[in-house]
Amino acid sequence: MSVRRYNAFNLFRQGRRGQQDWAPAWRLPDPKPAYDAVIVGGGGHGLATAYYLARNHGIRNVAVLEKGWLGGGNTGRNTTIVRSNYFWPESAALYDLALRLYEGLSEELNFNIMLSQRGMMILAHSESELDMMKRSVNAMQLNGIDCEVLDAAEVRQRLPLLDLGRHELWGAMVQHRAGVARHDAVAWGYARGADSLGVDIIQNCEVTGFQTQGNRVTAVETSRGTIGCGVVGLAAAGHQNLLAQKLGFRLPLLSYCLQAMVSEAIKPVLDTVVMAPAVGTYVSQSAKGSLVFGAGLDLYPSYAQRGNFPTTQKIVAGLLEMFPSFARLKMLRQWGGNVDVAPDSSPIIGPSPVDNVHLDCGWGTGGFKAIPGGGWLLAHCLATGKHHPISEPFDLKRFTEGRLIDEGAAAGIAH
Amino acid sequence: MLLIPCPFCGPRDESEFHYAGEPKPRPAFAADDATWGAYLFDKANEKGPHRELWHHVGGCRRLFLMTRDTVTHRILETHAPGQHGEGQS
Repeated sequence: MSVRRYNAFNLFRQGRRGQQDWAPAWRLPDPKPAYDAVIVGGGGHGLATAYYLARNHGIRNVAVLEKGWLGGGNTGRNTTIVRSNYFWPESAALYDLALRLYEGLSEELNFNIMLSQRGMMILAHSESELDMMKRSVNAMQLNGIDCEVLDAAEVRQRLPLLDLGRHELWGAMVQHRAGVARHDAVAWGYARGADSLGVDIIQNCEVTGFQTQGNRVTAVETSRGTIGCGVVGLAAAGHQNLLAQKLGFRLPLLSYCLQAMVSEAIKPVLDTVVMAPAVGTYVSQSAKGSLVFGAGLDLYPSYAQRGNFPTTQKIVAGLLEMFPSFARLKMLRQWGGNVDVAPDSSPIIGPSPVDNVHLDCGWGTGGFKAIPGGGWLLAHCLATGKHHPISEPFDLKRFTEGRLIDEGAAAGIAH
Repeated sequence: MLLIPCPFCGPRDESEFHYAGEPKPRPAFAADDATWGAYLFDKANEKGPHRELWHHVGGCRRLFLMTRDTVTHRILETHAPGQHGEGQS
């Protein structure tokens, strides 16, 4: 007998039986000759797409192809922050869809994603910055997002260790529903959910080319053989543009390295996510006690998943300018992810120039927080062939039509 | 840390430079929206040797061309614009 459902009763019963009967969280199938839908990229977005294809649209003959291991790309390399504090209404609708789905995800997937809505604070260092922040917060509130402005005294009370030195503190904007979630658990939870609905998750399977007929893809060529397909969803982050070029078109995406790092684990010192625009660094404390922090992109396009040293130095220096008391902490790990940055810092979702291929990409530095939304919307596109109203503004055509959604200048954080 | 050989100043620290985009020919003024959209936004984004414009912003402030491997970050070549008949507008 194999047990799939995680609950207190099964845990107790398996405890009495030596934990012998748990089913694997997902199967390791060989690829079938063909699928109704093939999704390229076994990160959060690809796995969520497969899950919602099966759950929302009843399409279960689906494969997710992952060239490495599940969630081993940006899904496992981010700083686990979720938020929806966006300026433009299109973005607020998109990211809040994701955040609302995150709020119910542990229950939905029967897998604890350890969502902790501890809030996210962005500091203002001058009177004019605080004025701009108030304007942003007004816009966000009109978008239905739970943002508010705190004065400097409230910020100091919440962040007793904050000591900005030469940078002044005038206040902060905060989204209380923002926070952190366990990134691996999001990938594993969606994988387990999709697998239980019949989706094949195929790892170590790199897409090497496409077979086409007219303006349609008929099969995907992979390192594990040729796989026929009805529709194709591309969710390959930093490698999305290379896949597009195999299909004969270019995307307005440039791949950069985004790095992050963690300190050794310490007792609780920080119960929210903080970002100081003056230094560019943001930080939170993980459930294990490590400080998890990062900042902006590396300086030049890159496919190397490691991060250059000048940016590492800048990030660490920024952290110490915010919290000098962290200076004696030991660094545990530093790493980099390969992110696909669009010119307007907004994602691209929906149809591609090839008839049966749909895109989910361009998430740049903020793909993790959008996983449930990206998956929900790409699944909708693949199942219906049409946009969901929320994904419509994010169509690839906006770069020809001049309808950019310029979050590069307007979002809660720097991009 | 990259040591970037500026064709005008010699080898300098990467922190003096800005990446300034992919060199490509500007379309005719009357070109259609798709052509202009592609010129403005689409990227080759190559994995491996990549043709790039760089700006020595903290030095001579001049633009130059670089071929750089985007996987290893090895700089294969730098030269002044126009030297190979490209990068001039």
